[in-house]
Amino acid sequence: MKVVLDHLTKRFPNRTKGEPDVIAVNDFTFEIPDGKLIGLLGPSGCGKSTCLNLISGLEKPTSGKVFFGETDVTDLEPENRGVGLVFQNYALYPHLTVRQNIMFPLQNLKGADKLSKEEMLRRADEAARMVQIEALMDRKPSQMSGGQQQRVAIARALVKMPRVLLLDEPLSNLDARLRLQTREEIRRIQRETGITTIFVTHDQEEAMSISDEIVVMKLGVLQQIGKPQEVYNDPVNLFVAQFLGTPAINTFTGEVQGGHVYIGSEVVLDAPGVPDQEVFVGIRPEGFVLDENGPFTLDLTRVEVMGRDTSVVAAHPFAQSPSVRAIISSENEVDTGAAKVRFSLKPKKVFLFAAESEERIRF
Amino acid sequence: MKKSKLKGWLYLLPAIVFLGIFMVYPLVDVFVYAFQEGFNFASQTYKGVGWYNFSYVLRDPYFLQAVKNTFIIVIITVPVSTGLALLISLGLNSIKPLKNLFQTVYFLPYVTNTLAVGLVFMILFKKTAYTDGLVNLIINWFGSESIDFIDGPYWAKMFVMCFYTVWVVMPFKILILTSALASVNEDYYKAAKIDGTSKGRIFRRITLPMISPMIFYLVITGFIGAFKAYSDEVAIFGTDLNVAGMNTIVGYVYDMLYGDSGGYPSFASAAALILFVIVLTITVINLMVSRKNVHY
Repeated sequence: MKVVLDHLTKRFPNRTKGEPDVIAVNDFTFEIPDGKLIGLLGPSGCGKSTCLNLISGLEKPTSGKVFFGETDVTDLEPENRGVGLVFQNYALYPHLTVRQNIMFPLQNLKGADKLSKEEMLRRADEAARMVQIEALMDRKPSQMSGGQQQRVAIARALVKMPRVLLLDEPLSNLDARLRLQTREEIRRIQRETGITTIFVTHDQEEAMSISDEIVVMKLGVLQQIGKPQEVYNDPVNLFVAQFLGTPAINTFTGEVQGGHVYIGSEVVLDAPGVPDQEVFVGIRPEGFVLDENGPFTLDLTRVEVMGRDTSVVAAHPFAQSPSVRAIISSENEVDTGAAKVRFSLKPKKVFLFAAESEERIRF
Repeated sequence: MKKSKLKGWLYLLPAIVFLGIFMVYPLVDVFVYAFQEGFNFASQTYKGVGWYNFSYVLRDPYFLQAVKNTFIIVIITVPVSTGLALLISLGLNSIKPLKNLFQTVYFLPYVTNTLAVGLVFMILFKKTAYTDGLVNLIINWFGSESIDFIDGPYWAKMFVMCFYTVWVVMPFKILILTSALASVNEDYYKAAKIDGTSKGRIFRRITLPMISPMIFYLVITGFIGAFKAYSDEVAIFGTDLNVAGMNTIVGYVYDMLYGDSGGYPSFASAAALILFVIVLTITVINLMVSRKNVHY
């Protein structure tokens, strides 16, 4: 089932009297293709969860429409939309066993949809098998680890065979190891069921690693949609470039003059056809190449060798952050005693952004 | 090791002394009094040891009346006040405007003096030479005869008593239950809504189990409180409760000690021990029932 958002907007009245309304979701229009896993990505307070609530129906939009397939579901109550929702804190009923928790949505069915007891048990077992918790069916949530609880929550959302599965920060309450494991699980379950899945996260690594497409948001405004690697390689503005990638992109203030990109007095790159202007220069950490004759000089702070890679930590007077990080292959020898280190740059890993609008300047 | 143990006991000494004098000694004394037959208060002598005090109390019609009254009050007021408090809390929890005002209003009886409340109830219910009281005025409007709630038939007096008790004990229960309801995580309700759970089912399968520890706490303390009822009765019917036929077990204990026919600590102790056994039994039953139905 594809999900289409059409000029979707949600305003909340401001808590401070006299201040303008808060626009949590501002004029969203995009289409989520059938059977894909989509990551809604953005910093805290950017309206990701509101967007999810609008899709689930827990909140009604101020304007705009939501379609599931060709059906307009904007005015439908959540229970009639056929969505499964998984919460950050799992929201498992603590007094019910795993089996009772998973069966809970099925017991709500009325009329023609009503299931026999055997059918409910069968479907609960099936959902439990899907998330591999069939051995824990008689436990209470309090007797399980966070990762297991999250699987139960997913099973509860899957058991009624939703058309769309929504996950609200599903991994945030898990420790680092479980998080890696569970996100692979989510990917696998999504592949196996083929249910269109939308999940919300503020962790870009999480979103990039399992999503078919990511949707980057900032302050209620949609920034960019695309395959994770495409968005990473071709960000539309400074925010997206800075938000994606660990370590983060290095940003410098610079200038374009006569088709040359200057950082300070050094010409680091040629940008033919770009009009003269002040710019931000974003350089991905992997965009640096150690080069004795390179055009770009940094003040060396320290060198961190981490197995496969070497991370060169340096400083530059025009950098936006106190330290600049370059990642190079550990085969390169860096003279750790030197005060300066020189680099040339990979043009594909360097982005220019207009100083005022922070929009990408392509060249 | 030994020295540090001694130090520990030294720290405990003040508490042990106070608790010993004001709690342990009186408790032991109650047992002693209860089994001393023919105790003379003036000479502090007794004739023998045995069960006579208990058999006397259990044959005393005043005591039997007090037991009957106490049980009626307990059986009526505990479920009614808890149920009503739950209804009101649910209502309070679901309204937004004026919520704080209503919460304050419902809490007022809790901070009001028992005797003052009793006075108000007198004005509402008491029949005097000049007026039949406010409640009778309403009853008259509907074309019925006036009822003497304070000095009239037993059921009318019991009605006022239960009405009063429910009204007095409810605020605390409302306070506890509204905070219990507010502490249920909103996500449970969202999850239930996504799954299309009906309101009744949400209440029975989610809300009620979630607040069951608090309901259980209120039922236990409610039972214990109601079994110990006394001052509420005095506030409405005055100190001569035996004449009014509205005495309670604690009232009987008081009368045996300090009342007009008092001066019998042995009978008072025996009655107090009987009350203790009753409360203990009920509480144990409560605990056994709760083990099945309360979810922590």
